[in-house]
Amino acid sequence: MLREAISGSNSPFVLAYPADRRVVEALRAGDEEAFTSLVTELYSPLLRVAMIYVGNRAVAEEVVQETWVGVLRGLDRFEGRSSLKTWIFRILTNTAKTRAEREGRTVPFSALAGETEEGEAAVDPERFLGADHAAWPGHWATYPASWAEIPEQRLLSSEVRAVIEEAVEALPASQRTVIRLRDIEGFNSEEVCGILDLSEGNQRVLLHRARSKVRRALEAYLAVEEEA
Amino acid sequence: MIMSGTESEWLTCRELIELVTEYFEGAMAPGDRLRFEEHVAVCPPCRAHLRQMRETIRLLGELTEENIPPRARDELLGAFRDWKRT
Repeated sequence: MLREAISGSNSPFVLAYPADRRVVEALRAGDEEAFTSLVTELYSPLLRVAMIYVGNRAVAEEVVQETWVGVLRGLDRFEGRSSLKTWIFRILTNTAKTRAEREGRTVPFSALAGETEEGEAAVDPERFLGADHAAWPGHWATYPASWAEIPEQRLLSSEVRAVIEEAVEALPASQRTVIRLRDIEGFNSEEVCGILDLSEGNQRVLLHRARSKVRRALEAYLAVEEEA
Repeated sequence: MIMSGTESEWLTCRELIELVTEYFEGAMAPGDRLRFEEHVAVCPPCRAHLRQMRETIRLLGELTEENIPPRARDELLGAFRDWKRT
């Protein structure tokens, strides 16, 4: 009751994201466990996004630390108009941009959006029959293999992991960041759009290209293996 | 003619593979979604492709996220304690 009275009087909390309310109140009440768990949960995604701006691992780590200082500084004024995560990432983005500018780097946000422009096929066009094929235009010429018979143990092996990691690392920054946040860190589409300031459509295109390339890498690796 | 009408709406496999993420995200208009599902229902290679895409997403989810280094965590906890005091 006391806690509610405190947060009620200090800052009107808009209930756009009711689930955040408990976390914010715990933080304001000085709950160390709540803080540590949030810091732990967001470490990896914050680092990934910071890397887009500063491009250097050590500096990105510093940006993440600075971000939390900014979060604490602003926490009493946080009103819940955006989700807590989105708000924290906005602080990160600002921190990272300032840092990048100070170091004379050009900030790549337009580049990030622009990367969706070029056309890239999800599957090699050679795999399909031509548009002029009499009976089956645009149909598969070489069928995709079934992975159903590959043992789970094999799919989860460190070799396969390495193939996936390598494919992700080889992606352009925008695709890499989107696929990491969505498929590795488990953020939803709305969160990723908010964090990276992308439209739903742009985000989906980036995600599709990224997933398609990872699938291709896996397909190539698993096919070679099957023959061996 | 009825036939040409339906054929013009038929998705080719090559078109379908570009719509997979849109389909997974539930971002398709109902009519497009129906065309997508009608195609998949009768096309084994596209079903195999869809399963590969699902499998790719599942395996991506198995990659480990980076853990916060203990030193960084302790530093932040210290900052949190200082903040609490003020």
